[in-house]
Amino acid sequence: MKRSRLSLATREALWAYVFLLLPLAFFLFIRIWPAFQALWLSLYDWNADPSKRVFVGLEHYAQMAQDPLVARSLRNTLLYTLIGVPAQLVLGLGIALLLNAVTRERLRDLFRAIYFAPYVTPAVAVAWVFSWMLSANFGVVNELLRAAGLPAQDFLRNPSLALPTVAGVVVWQNLGFQVVLFLAGLQNIPRDYYEAARIDGADGRQLFRHITLPLLNPVMVFSAVIGTIGFLQLFTQVVNLSFTDQGGPLHSTLTVALYIYQVAFGRFDLGYAAAITVLLFVIILSITLIQLRLLSRRVEY
Amino acid sequence: MNRRLSSFFVYALLTLGALAMVFPFVWMFLTSLKSFQELFELRWLPREPTLENYREVLFGTQFPRWFLNSLVVASLTTVSVLFFDSLVGYTLAKLRFPGRNLIFVLILATLMVPTEMLVIPWYVMSVDYGWVNTFWGILFPGLISAFGVFLMRQFFESLPTDLLDAGRIDGLSEFGVFWRVAFPLVRPALAALGIFTFLGNWNAFLWPLIIIQTPDMRTLPVGVALFSGEAGTAWHLIMAASSLAVIPVLVVFFVFQRQIIEGVVLTGVKG
Repeated sequence: MKRSRLSLATREALWAYVFLLLPLAFFLFIRIWPAFQALWLSLYDWNADPSKRVFVGLEHYAQMAQDPLVARSLRNTLLYTLIGVPAQLVLGLGIALLLNAVTRERLRDLFRAIYFAPYVTPAVAVAWVFSWMLSANFGVVNELLRAAGLPAQDFLRNPSLALPTVAGVVVWQNLGFQVVLFLAGLQNIPRDYYEAARIDGADGRQLFRHITLPLLNPVMVFSAVIGTIGFLQLFTQVVNLSFTDQGGPLHSTLTVALYIYQVAFGRFDLGYAAAITVLLFVIILSITLIQLRLLSRRVEY
Repeated sequence: MNRRLSSFFVYALLTLGALAMVFPFVWMFLTSLKSFQELFELRWLPREPTLENYREVLFGTQFPRWFLNSLVVASLTTVSVLFFDSLVGYTLAKLRFPGRNLIFVLILATLMVPTEMLVIPWYVMSVDYGWVNTFWGILFPGLISAFGVFLMRQFFESLPTDLLDAGRIDGLSEFGVFWRVAFPLVRPALAALGIFTFLGNWNAFLWPLIIIQTPDMRTLPVGVALFSGEAGTAWHLIMAASSLAVIPVLVVFFVFQRQIIEGVVLTGVKG
């Protein structure tokens, strides 16, 4: 009896390993090994011929500290995140609250779908549409500004406007995702809580501060973390919004991800680019950990 | 505040926001119907709407090919992700074996590594193995998703084990139990993961841009970006190309909007 049970367990384990064989090989060779390879590549000067790759130790890391474009792209990337993530959160929450007040379900679903639609469309095409709408002379946005008696702006070619403009386009596209998450979060809050609080004499603002906000905390953490990771890796919109001067004007929209791409596949300086990816990894990891620490307070009722 | 008045404000604000969401698509489409001369006239509606721009994009470039490439890449990736992610998720949730937790943690850990860090080694690897500019080269990094494994594991964990044992008693093999009993039971999760994976790959830009070298291998986003970059100020053509990339997605989205959004909620809440 004992013997057959043992063999049954062994059989189950064997099946498990068979099922995991291919996927584990994938994770090891395509996900884990390349991460270490990036670390290793960052210590070499790249050459297509492996025998000509020169070991340079930590030189690329020293080079990074001196590289004004690394500093610039880092600053820009943080700026994008600091503008984009709070904007997304606040607007997303605001729209979700409005939607939650809509009592007709069909209408609410329709609005929700309209807000969500940009999120599913290709970022490349969206960026080109905006770069046309925002163009200096014939863009429709400037026509509207002129019609309203306001001065026209060269949104994407003015170094002090370009970054917030790009951030705005990204927020426009991501907004629906936030709305959908927040709306689901709001609808998960039991009605009883509000009714009980109302009986105790709480007003609307108190309900929001003491019930809605704390209970939405998990959704907010999720959306802040996902949003931050997204903005720290910003690439597609930056490239396509000013395609002929990527990262421009005057590097004012350059992100770390775009700079990595330019160093790696424009200059083919793969070793140096790998070093910058290591830096990006460290930044993303530490910011995510800090956010999870700071933002997730458990709320129990 | 008066109830009527406050509900009026809710609708007014929502409508205003919705207009901001819809307008870029409308403007894209209207521009795509204009001729080059009309671009610079200050008119909203095209004076003489024309489909000429679409003809030029569809027949003057390899656009249909790019569309097809994206379809192939996104479909194959989605099938692979659905199969392998549920197999791994099921194994981690329902089978007992030594090293189970270690393997789960190992897979989760890969989520922390940003794609930017991996594309350089992937590129080096693709050069070494001759994968540059091939379908395999475009899709190999996405064949299995760690996030999907995590998601599917959550769903399989909520399946009653008795059901699986009933399958075993009926003489199904372990794979049969997974494929015939467990797999069909997590259909909502599969739909959600499938939609996410398809969209992600349909819209992917960074890696395809790196690995694709010839116009005939371009995926839709890469094709649209490089075409638009060459088109310069021919915004009527760029908007026609954008419309061709965007409108099919919007049509599919609005047909399945309820399922798609529920799927997003499902992955967001579970994940």
